[in-house]
Amino acid sequence: MRYLCLIYEDEKAWMNASQAEMEKGMAEYNAFTEGIKKNGNYIGGEALQPTGTATSVRVRNGKVSTTDGPYVETKEQLGGYYLISAKDLDEAVKVAARIPSARNGTVEVRPIQEFSQP
Amino acid sequence: MLATLIRLLGDFDLAEEALQDAFAAAVEQWPTEGTPANPRAWLISAGRFKAIDRLRRGRREVPGELELPVEPPEDPPDVIDDRLRLIFTCCHPSLNPDAQVGMTLREVCDLTTEQVAAAFLTTAPTLAQRIVRAKAKIRDAKIPYEVPGRADLPERLATVLHVIYLVFNQGYFTRADLAAEAIRLGRLLVELLPEPEATGLLALMLLHDARRVTRTTPAGELIPLEEQDRSRWNGAQIKEGAELVEKAFAARRVGPYQLQAAIAAVHAEASSSDSTDWSEIVGLYDVLLRLDPSPVIELNRAAAIGMRDGPEHGLALIDMILVRGELTEYHLTHAARADLLRRMGRAPEAIAAYTRALELVVEEPERRLINRRLIELGAPQKS
Repeated sequence: MRYLCLIYEDEKAWMNASQAEMEKGMAEYNAFTEGIKKNGNYIGGEALQPTGTATSVRVRNGKVSTTDGPYVETKEQLGGYYLISAKDLDEAVKVAARIPSARNGTVEVRPIQEFSQP
Repeated sequence: MLATLIRLLGDFDLAEEALQDAFAAAVEQWPTEGTPANPRAWLISAGRFKAIDRLRRGRREVPGELELPVEPPEDPPDVIDDRLRLIFTCCHPSLNPDAQVGMTLREVCDLTTEQVAAAFLTTAPTLAQRIVRAKAKIRDAKIPYEVPGRADLPERLATVLHVIYLVFNQGYFTRADLAAEAIRLGRLLVELLPEPEATGLLALMLLHDARRVTRTTPAGELIPLEEQDRSRWNGAQIKEGAELVEKAFAARRVGPYQLQAAIAAVHAEASSSDSTDWSEIVGLYDVLLRLDPSPVIELNRAAAIGMRDGPEHGLALIDMILVRGELTEYHLTHAARADLLRRMGRAPEAIAAYTRALELVVEEPERRLINRRLIELGAPQKS
């Protein structure tokens, strides 16, 4: 099964972090990513730039409208993701619990919708 | 049997339908062809073939990685494992809490959706929908049908025990049948997985349930522990509960349910409130508070201190909780305060505290007791 782990945390915490804290955080993420690459859970993953860089796009009645920022203001923002392979939800949850941001933010684990081949 | 079919087929709904088909086949075949030597194995085997039939006829989509095993299912060890698997899957922490309770009562205890809905004051369609969603989640998110491994067991067992205790408490005043169902479930769990906390929960339920008939008057008014007719307590159940507490403690992995059961055992084995070993009870609350700190346990400990050292000592501790701004909206805080003030002869303050408790109380038996206390204290009655 494939699962997407969506990482939500307070992006201001990253922005206000000191150089040392930032490096420590990066090192933790690098170690985690290496770990799940080695044991075969890793499919893909990226960090996102802050929500200040986001654009929301909607098409209504054929007209494209673009607006600044995410749709709603929330305390925690989507900051990155991992696409993983796991045998079941319990294994996926174990992987998600090791994502460094799970300790101060929230990781949402969603199974990928698989469509059967035509 | 349902539990085994769910494991073999990997799908709750398919297993339920398959079992119904198997029973229908049995009703047709057994009278003419004779009852098979192992009816359970026959039904499981028939259910499996009926499920394959259903899948071939394309009446439902084939679940993702469905593999139907060819070997006939074995009976004893597998069946036990399957029931345990079923309990852990129904109580998986990623399922909606109401659905956990609903599925456990339906799939493990064979209650109907209507019975479960009535017990938890919801409607059958609402509950049915929650269960449908939970089953879809088990399938789609691939929640494993497994007993968790050693590392995850404590946390996962805690959810199972919580669900069982919730069922028990739902039946505390009015539904002896639900309490009995919770005890049955507790027994099953202890039989399958004799962990000290599971044993502790079973003991706790047995000890509380032993006092059931003396807990309320025929009119439905709560009778406090010290006024209960102890000769009517269920001695056999108290003996069993107390023995289970000792058995659990012997494993030296103490936990909150074991400690609460030990406290209940001290109460149950005392011949009166005065002869109760309040020092022992306070000591057990001390350990419980260290293990699982919560203001409700602090409140219970304060009441026990009031019995051991005198009401003024208990009152001081309760007031400390209230000063911190905790449990201010909890009826038992005010009822416990009122009780201590009453014992100290401070009637006007006791009346004020009982009046506050009356505003917050939900359960009818407790409401009636508070009303009686107010009358005894000579409080003016509202019409």
